[in-house]
Amino acid sequence: MSGDVILSLTDVVKHFPVQSGSIRRNKDVVHAVDGVTLEVRHGETLGLVGETGCGKSTLARCITRLFDLTSGQIVFDGKDISTLKARDMRPLRREMQMIFQDPYGSLNPKRRVGSIISDPFAIHGLASGAERKRRVQEAMELVGLNPEHYNRFPAEFSGGQRQRIGLARALALKPKLIVCDEPVSALDVSIQAQVLNLLADLQSQLGLTYIFISHDLSVVRHVSDRVALMYLGKIAELSPSEDLYEKPRHPYANALLSAVPTPDPAEAAKKKKIILVGDVPSPVHPPSGCRFHPRCPKAQQLCVDEDPELVARAGDQPSHLTACHFPVKSAEELITATPQIAEHERIVEPEAVSAETVSELIEKGAP
Amino acid sequence: MSLTGTPIQAPLEEQPAGVDAAAANPKIEGRSTWQLAWARLRRDRAAVISAVVILIIILVAIFAPVFATITGHGVNEQFRTTGLNPEGLPVAPGKTFLLGTDDQGRDLLVRLAYGSRVSLEVGVLATLLTVAVGAVLGLAAGYLGGIVDTIVARLVDLVLSLPYLLFAISLVSISHPGMRIVIIVIVVFGWAAVARIIRGQVLSIREKEFIEAARSLGASSWRIMFVEILPNVMAQLIVYATLLIPVSIVAEASLSFLGLGIPPPTADWGQMLAEAESIYQQAWWFIVFPGAALLITTLAFNILGDGVRDALDPRIDRL
Repeated sequence: MSGDVILSLTDVVKHFPVQSGSIRRNKDVVHAVDGVTLEVRHGETLGLVGETGCGKSTLARCITRLFDLTSGQIVFDGKDISTLKARDMRPLRREMQMIFQDPYGSLNPKRRVGSIISDPFAIHGLASGAERKRRVQEAMELVGLNPEHYNRFPAEFSGGQRQRIGLARALALKPKLIVCDEPVSALDVSIQAQVLNLLADLQSQLGLTYIFISHDLSVVRHVSDRVALMYLGKIAELSPSEDLYEKPRHPYANALLSAVPTPDPAEAAKKKKIILVGDVPSPVHPPSGCRFHPRCPKAQQLCVDEDPELVARAGDQPSHLTACHFPVKSAEELITATPQIAEHERIVEPEAVSAETVSELIEKGAP
Repeated sequence: MSLTGTPIQAPLEEQPAGVDAAAANPKIEGRSTWQLAWARLRRDRAAVISAVVILIIILVAIFAPVFATITGHGVNEQFRTTGLNPEGLPVAPGKTFLLGTDDQGRDLLVRLAYGSRVSLEVGVLATLLTVAVGAVLGLAAGYLGGIVDTIVARLVDLVLSLPYLLFAISLVSISHPGMRIVIIVIVVFGWAAVARIIRGQVLSIREKEFIEAARSLGASSWRIMFVEILPNVMAQLIVYATLLIPVSIVAEASLSFLGLGIPPPTADWGQMLAEAESIYQQAWWFIVFPGAALLITTLAFNILGDGVRDALDPRIDRL
């Protein structure tokens, strides 16, 4: 595993305009990705975790340039790709591939598997005729598919097999980097393990670099060398994975990890969960300062005013970066902490609606 | 049932053997949508009968000169002595003229056979062109969006709001009448409906992940439209095309009936109906046979079209 940087993102921002009203006024924007800086090294697996809607998939599509960036810079393999046009991007796509979440939606149902996997060759004008077929069948064998199934349709395969087809398509051109967008979340747990092991085997065989996106914390821990935790379009914590799981520093990371189910019931009973209040705020109007402050038990005035930088905090390894003014020392302190910020800056748990109020509302004819 | 009888054979035992046999067969090949649709279509009796009728009509069109040879009557040959009675009216169906004659003493059977050529040619050519133009514009509008979509959508609105007959009359009057202008008129008025259907389909297909996958592989818009999306709208296109053939045939006949289509003396069903209009009370065969030919042809295509639609509908799975 060498230390060369294969991909580096600097302050990557992606906003989506929201069309409101009948007249097209692009006043509001969704801050899907809001200033992400990170590096991916050759041969490693970088896990990207976060809740639904935190911008993981958008970031993946910015990296593969399926989306244009709003601002920021992406350097892949020494080349700035942040503003490349589709045509100039094409040769680079041989080096950078993507695996998709939905094994049903990511394969064209009307085309035979052999034809789908030979797409990369057809698009880049590589190999033809018998040579192309041989290389396609090679790719199928590599991911554990029967090359004799060359002429079948995607509908004739199971979810796990379909994900292997997607993988064969991505691997056909022997890329350097593969962006996996939730590659196993649509699969059964037993199949998940198969696909994850296959990904690991291929990585050591072919020296691949992965960006592995998931909302499943245990899957990410299993596959990643380093993990980036995202919250509302920003990275909250970035660290070697064991470090993050053993010693989480960001309050959000602590809360998430405390929610991971423990298989042993005795163990689980002992474990204290950190319950966060409220929901993730809207990415259209993200909170000021630290994005997490309205839900953070440790929030103080500084968190409202100032956005914390993603840096190594006191007492941490230089590779363990946290975007928090007041990083957590132990999970215990979060359970007892109370926020020191003004009431209106906090998300308050909505009051429980009692049965009486419900019947009152029904009488009034409220919906 | 005796307890000491032969041991009950577990049905499970047979299954792995079957799976092995399938796996050992090197020619494993999935059945495509088309193969499945074909299998369904063959079981649809009405559609099969229509297909046979259409085949017969096609054979008649191809071998129209054979009718002329056998009867010894040229298509434009006028039989003033045998083909018209002393009052100058057409003669009824009989031994010499199997389906009677028209008002100029020409053999109706031979003219009907030749007329099927025009109907089929216009029906097929106009339909192919209409579907091709509509599909390309619909794909472009749906996938590319933006300014292309706006332009195509406005054109569709424009075409659909034009009065068909007035426009057809003026188009024909500024050009030479003939098959070409008839086809142009049908295509100009037909493509908009196809484009609209395809655009709607494309709008939903373009959001699928396999389109994103193709883009991440570096596929061009051209390739995505024709390699990824087109196979997914092909079923709709084929159904629409089969149903468009009879519409085109009727459109051609109507234009010819109004004197805007194929100019005389070329044999044409619509034109024959127009000529029969003044004397059908004396010569019923003159209006019944061309009318029946038109009816049978369009009906056969319509029933076949319905059959194709059912066969291509994945929700009706009878296999």
